Amino acid sequence: MGSYVLRRVLQMIPVFFGTTLLIFLMVYTLPGDPVSALFGQKAADPAVVASIKHKYYLDQPIWKQYLHYMGNLFQGDFGTSFTGRPVSDIMADAFPVTIRLALLAFAFEIVFGLCLGLLSGLRRGSVRDTLVLLLTLLVISIPVFVLAYIAQTIFATNLGWVTPTVQDSTDLSQLILPAIVLGSLSLAFVARLTRTSIGENLRADYMRTAVAKGLPRRTIISRHLLRNSLIPVVTFLGTDLGALMGGAIVTEGIFNVQGVGNVLYRAINQKEGPTVVGIVTVLVIVYLVASLLVDLLYAVLDPRIRYA
Amino acid sequence: MPVAARARWVLAAATSVVLVATGCSSGGGGSSSSDTSKTFSYQSSEPQNPLQPANSNETGGGRIIENLFKGLVDYDPSTAKLRNQVADKIDTSDSQTFTVTLKDGWKFHDGTPVHAKNFVDAWNWGATTSNNQINSSWFSDIEGYKDVHPASGQPVTDKMSGLTVTDDLHFTIKLTNKVSYFEYKLGYIAFSPLPDAFFKDPAGFGQKPVGNGPYQFVSWSHNQEVVTKTFPDYQGVDKPKNGGVIFKMYNTSEAAYADLQSNNLDVMDQVPPSALATYKNDLGDRAVDAPQGGIQNIGFTLYQADWSSPDKAKVRQGLSMAIDRDTITKTVLQGSRKPASAWVAEGVEGYKAGACGDFCNFDPAKAKALITEGGGVPGNKVTITYNADGGHKEWVDAVCNSIRQSTGVDCTGDPKPDFKTARTLISQHQLNGIFRTGWVQDYPLNANFLADIYRTGAASNDTGYSNPQFDQLSKQADEAASVEATVTGYQQAEAVLPSGMPAIPLWYYRTNSGYSTKVQNVKFDSFGNPAWTQVEVKG
Repeated sequence: MGSYVLRRVLQMIPVFFGTTLLIFLMVYTLPGDPVSALFGQKAADPAVVASIKHKYYLDQPIWKQYLHYMGNLFQGDFGTSFTGRPVSDIMADAFPVTIRLALLAFAFEIVFGLCLGLLSGLRRGSVRDTLVLLLTLLVISIPVFVLAYIAQTIFATNLGWVTPTVQDSTDLSQLILPAIVLGSLSLAFVARLTRTSIGENLRADYMRTAVAKGLPRRTIISRHLLRNSLIPVVTFLGTDLGALMGGAIVTEGIFNVQGVGNVLYRAINQKEGPTVVGIVTVLVIVYLVASLLVDLLYAVLDPRIRYA
Repeated sequence: MPVAARARWVLAAATSVVLVATGCSSGGGGSSSSDTSKTFSYQSSEPQNPLQPANSNETGGGRIIENLFKGLVDYDPSTAKLRNQVADKIDTSDSQTFTVTLKDGWKFHDGTPVHAKNFVDAWNWGATTSNNQINSSWFSDIEGYKDVHPASGQPVTDKMSGLTVTDDLHFTIKLTNKVSYFEYKLGYIAFSPLPDAFFKDPAGFGQKPVGNGPYQFVSWSHNQEVVTKTFPDYQGVDKPKNGGVIFKMYNTSEAAYADLQSNNLDVMDQVPPSALATYKNDLGDRAVDAPQGGIQNIGFTLYQADWSSPDKAKVRQGLSMAIDRDTITKTVLQGSRKPASAWVAEGVEGYKAGACGDFCNFDPAKAKALITEGGGVPGNKVTITYNADGGHKEWVDAVCNSIRQSTGVDCTGDPKPDFKTARTLISQHQLNGIFRTGWVQDYPLNANFLADIYRTGAASNDTGYSNPQFDQLSKQADEAASVEATVTGYQQAEAVLPSGMPAIPLWYYRTNSGYSTKVQNVKFDSFGNPAWTQVEVKG
C-alpha cells in the first residue's frame, strides 16, 4: 500500500507539468493581443503597449515565458494580474468561496443522491422507484442555467424567501440555493448509479449468505450491500468534486457568487495569462488529489482490491 | 428554505448598508422625502486596471475614478455642456496657450489642498511612457509630450515643457498645435489632479485612491464591491444629495436585473438584452430610456484594392441605402437603438441630424442603381466582420439580410471569437470587406466623433480614410477662435463624409436602464451614467 501511494504521488508530477504546459501554451498563444485589448475601441499606443509587455514579460519567446512562469511558481509567486493584484491574492479570495459552494453541493448530492438511490434500488419497479427515475431524468435533461433561473424565479422573485443573487459570497447560508442547483445534476447521476449498483448487488451470493445467516436487515444493507455498491459511486464522486469546482462558472454567474468560476471567466475573456494558468493549476492539483483519494478509498471499501 | 435562513440573508444585506451609512439618522418620512446620509448601490464590474486616473479607460474602473476625482471642468449631466469645477476660469487668446486659474479651497480627501502643481505633476506622470498609463495619449496635445513619451525607447525627461506652474492657483498649458476645444478634453478623467501622496506609492494608491471628488474611497472588496462615502469638504457645483455610492460587482446584467427588481440593487447600467422587451412593463415609471453619445457604424477597408478606387464610394453609398435601419432597430434591437442620420451621435454638441443625407434612408431601388454605377461589389459578395462576444450577431445578420434582399449582393457575417481578436485584425488592417465599429464619446463634442476617426492617420482611423478636404476643414476647425466656431467647422467637415462614405452610420446607442423603489431623481447623462450626486435615497 505504501509503495502504491508513493507511486501515485510520483505519477502526479509529470501530469502536473504536462497540464500546466498545455494550459500555458493554450492561453498564451491564443490569437489577439491582451495588452492592446486593454485600450478598448481606441487605438493602442505602441510605446505603452511595448512597455506593459515588457513589464509582464510578454515580449519574450513563449518557452522563456513558460520557464519564467514556472521558476516564479516554485518560489510561490503566481504573478500579477493587470489590475496590479498578485494572482495569489485573487485566488485566496476566490477559492474559499468556491470550495464552500462545491462542498455544499457535494454534501447535498451525497446525502440526497445516496438516499434516493437506496430507496429506489431496494425496491426496483415500485412506485417510488419510478418516481425517482422520473425525477432524476427530469433533472438530467434540464440544463443547469435553466434550473438556476427557475430556482431564482420561484424562490426569490415569487416566494421572496431569498434574494435573487448572493449578497455576500462568504456567507454559507446564502450559498445553499446555488449549491443545490450546482449539485442537482450530479445528484441525479449519484442516485441512478447507486440504484443500479444496489440492484445488481442485491442478487449477489454474499447477500444471500448474509440473509441466510439471519443477520439483521440494517447490518446487511449498511455493511454488505452499501459498502460494495459504493465503489462506482465513489469513483464518480471523486472526479465530480473537481468538476464542481471548475464547473461552477454558470451557477456563479447567475447567482453572482464571487468565486473561482467568475474570476476564471473574466480572466479568460481578458486573456489574463497569469490568473488563468494559476487558477487552472490549482484546479489540476484538486483533481489529482481527489482521484488519488478515490483510489485509496477503493482499498478501504473493498479489501479484495489489492495494489501490488 | 427555512425562515431562519431568510432572516440571515436580509440581515446580511442590511448590515452591509448600515456599515457604510455611518451616522445614519432616521429620516422617517414619506416616500418623496430623501435622506442625504443614505447610500445607494450601483451595478458595476471589477475594474480591469488599478484605480489611477490616467489608467482607467473601461467603464468598471472609469466610473469609480469619475466619482473619486474631479478635474478642472466636467459636463453638466442634463445639458452635456462644459462647466467649471476646480477651474475658476480657463483663458486663451490663441487656442494654443491656456492660462488656468483654480478656485481656492478645494481639498483632497486626505486634507491637502488642490494646487496647480497637483495637476501638472499628475499629467506629467500620466504621460510618461515608463509609467504604463493606458490613457497617456490624452496628453499628446501638450508641448513636450514627445520627450516624455517617445514613439519608441526611453523618455528623455519626465516633465512636459508645455506645463508651467505660475503659483499655487495658476498654471499655463502650451499645446503643440491650436486646439480650440482643448477645454472639452479636460473633462476626461485622465486630467484629474493627484495628491502628493500618490507619487510616493503609485501602486498602493491604485488599490486605495485618494481623490478630490464628491465621494471618497472607503474600501474595495475585490470582485464584490467598492464602497464610497460623501466627502463633506467637496467644493464642486454638484454637491451630493446622498451619502455615497456602493459599486456592486455583477458577473452578468441578468443577475443585476434580478436584484434590481427585488430592490437589492438601486441603479443599474443597462438592462440585459433578455429584458429589453419587458423592462418598461416590469419597472413602470422607474424605467429609463435616454439618449447616449455613442454610435454603431460599419466601416470599410479602404486600404484594400477592392474598396480603394474612387468609384467605390458609390457602392458604399448604395450599401448604406440598402439597410433598413428603422425596421432593424425596432425588431431585432427592440427599440434599444435609434436610427442614425449622421456620423455624430445625438445629443452631442454639434450634432446635426441628416448630415448623411439621403444615403442613410432606406431605398432599395436607388441602392441597387448606385452599386451598379460604382462597378458593383467585388465578387458580388461582402462579409461583415464582428466580435462574437458582444451580442452583435443578431443585427449583423439582419443588416446582411437587408443588403441581400434589397440589392442581391451576397452578404454574410464573419464572426471573430472575441473583441480583442477582432480589434487586432481591424487595427492592423488585415481585413478585406466591412467590419463592425462603434464609437462612444470621450467628451460630448462633435470633433470627438470626426477628428479622432476620419482624419488621415488618426489613431482610431480604422478604415484608412484619407481626404485632404476633410483634413483641411478639421484643421481650420481646430484653429478656430471659439468652441462655437469649432463646432460649425466640424459640421462642415462632416458634410464631406457622404461623398466618400468611409463608414456607414447605423444607429445611436441609448441607455435602457431602471432603478429601485428606494431611490428617486435618477437621470442619465449622455455617457450612460446617472447623475451620481443628484440621486436621492428615500428616507
